[in-house]
Amino acid sequence: MSAERYQSIMAQRAAIMRASVGIDYAKYTTGVLAFDYERLLADTDYDIDATHKVQRTTAVGDTPLVELHNITALVRAVAAPGKGARLFVKDEAANPSGSFKDRRASLSVHEAAKRGYPGVAAATSGNYGAAVASQAAKAGLGCIVVQEAFDSQAIEQPEIAEKTRACEAYGAEVIRLSVGPELFYVFLQVLKETGYFNASLYSPYSILGIETLGYELAGQVKQHTGRFPDLVIATHAGGGNVTGTVRGLLKAGAIDTQMVAASVDLTGLHMASDHDFNRKSFTTGHTGFSMPFTTWPDRADVPRNAARALRYMDRFVTVSQGEVFYITQVLAELEGMERGPAGNTSLAAAFAIARDLDEQQIVVVQETEYTGAGKHPIAQLNLAKQMGIEVKRGDPRDNKPGERIVVPEHPSQIAVVDVDLDDVRHSYLRNAIESLPADTVLDDVDIEFLAAETRSKRTYVQETIDEWYGKRR
Amino acid sequence: MTEPIGEGTWVEIHRIVLPAGERAPQVPDDTRQVPLEMRVKGFLVAPASRGEEAEIVTPVGRKLCGVVREINPAYSHGFGAPIAELSGIGREVRALLRERRQDS
Repeated sequence: MSAERYQSIMAQRAAIMRASVGIDYAKYTTGVLAFDYERLLADTDYDIDATHKVQRTTAVGDTPLVELHNITALVRAVAAPGKGARLFVKDEAANPSGSFKDRRASLSVHEAAKRGYPGVAAATSGNYGAAVASQAAKAGLGCIVVQEAFDSQAIEQPEIAEKTRACEAYGAEVIRLSVGPELFYVFLQVLKETGYFNASLYSPYSILGIETLGYELAGQVKQHTGRFPDLVIATHAGGGNVTGTVRGLLKAGAIDTQMVAASVDLTGLHMASDHDFNRKSFTTGHTGFSMPFTTWPDRADVPRNAARALRYMDRFVTVSQGEVFYITQVLAELEGMERGPAGNTSLAAAFAIARDLDEQQIVVVQETEYTGAGKHPIAQLNLAKQMGIEVKRGDPRDNKPGERIVVPEHPSQIAVVDVDLDDVRHSYLRNAIESLPADTVLDDVDIEFLAAETRSKRTYVQETIDEWYGKRR
Repeated sequence: MTEPIGEGTWVEIHRIVLPAGERAPQVPDDTRQVPLEMRVKGFLVAPASRGEEAEIVTPVGRKLCGVVREINPAYSHGFGAPIAELSGIGREVRALLRERRQDS
């Protein structure tokens, strides 16, 4: 019965999506792969001013920019003379539900209310669930959050347990599932049965909601220092954070600011594995999301993902679990800000990168998130120990996800590992081509699209594809 | 079975969504060998006992059925014992900053 039901619901995917997001994605199709990305976003009618206006009605955004004087001093203590950029952080924990995800939820919930949907639903185990629930509470809409929350031994991931509590505190129904990608099937069923709006993390509303973050950040840095930041570092998972922030920076005129995407390296752990679920220590901001989503964004819960990170990143780096826990402790003890841990992935990367930059340069860590029971390094490391993972001080290069978490012995050991963007582009192109039937012929518009997607040139795309597949495409 | 609990009590129900062996084709082997389980909280529609099939009404007013597993379930996530591998960091980095100030 259930397998049959599974197939039946999955077969209705397109119709359920269309009804629940209220966007006819088909009308943006321009080629076999290509679609009009900018028009998809523009047709929502939310420019920066309109988004700000909606967000201010629920006290979302306008968060403080904090200069991290003491961490900057620590960077300089381990940097060569004259090196060590100024570090700032955008304190997104000041949003109503404690993270920048309120920005992403705000337009979706506003749109759902405007169009008369009876409620909103979201498939998320993270801060986004609390954000949607919080916004829905304010708008008087029902809210259902579907989470992947516990393994087959009924052991909860503590950070997700905290998210369950937060969502329930805001009056949401929380559907907690064990591990597996069939969460999407349950989510589709919920959308079909309730007629709720799909507050997808990957809809245009979710991405446009983040543009204000980049926009505000650029203005605040300029006001504070007289110029735009040299680098902004964002914790990178599904791609929304990178995409929306850069779009906002560009709209503010910060065209020379570089975007660094940073993820926790979880190489070796399988995202759909019941065994690995409670051995990750991080629920987001890790390579388990960022690699697949950067190399193929359209694996999301909407037909076309509005988060297209490869278009917007200048650099992609990873840090280890132990380094993020270390810097989380440093942020608390040197700056008096207890935040994260997932949002501190970008802070760990920023620490390492700032060390190589000149003193007058400016690096902004683009978010913090709230911390608390479950959602804390102490809770995560106690769970890690319970799961048989070794936790020790040492060289973070010895960190091995699922086996060993190595907390640095000295801040000079914090380093980033660069992901080769050319490899990422190749993976993207490979995924794009493999998504099509073998005899598909690509149009000019598709080559143009792939060049924009991979932030490369038409010749690069054409030559790469020809090299792999001969001239048959 | 235990003593029935009253209508309107906040409980958690449990249900198997997909049994082991009927999981999606793309799941890894370890996940395939276990069922997809679901837990949802809500208010009991009629008196029921722990371990019994019952109907709940969720905070958004949906009615769902499943086996009652928990009555007024606790939020048991917390922090646990301090982590020795983190406890010394603050002292270490403050010492580094002191050294730097003395050097300059």
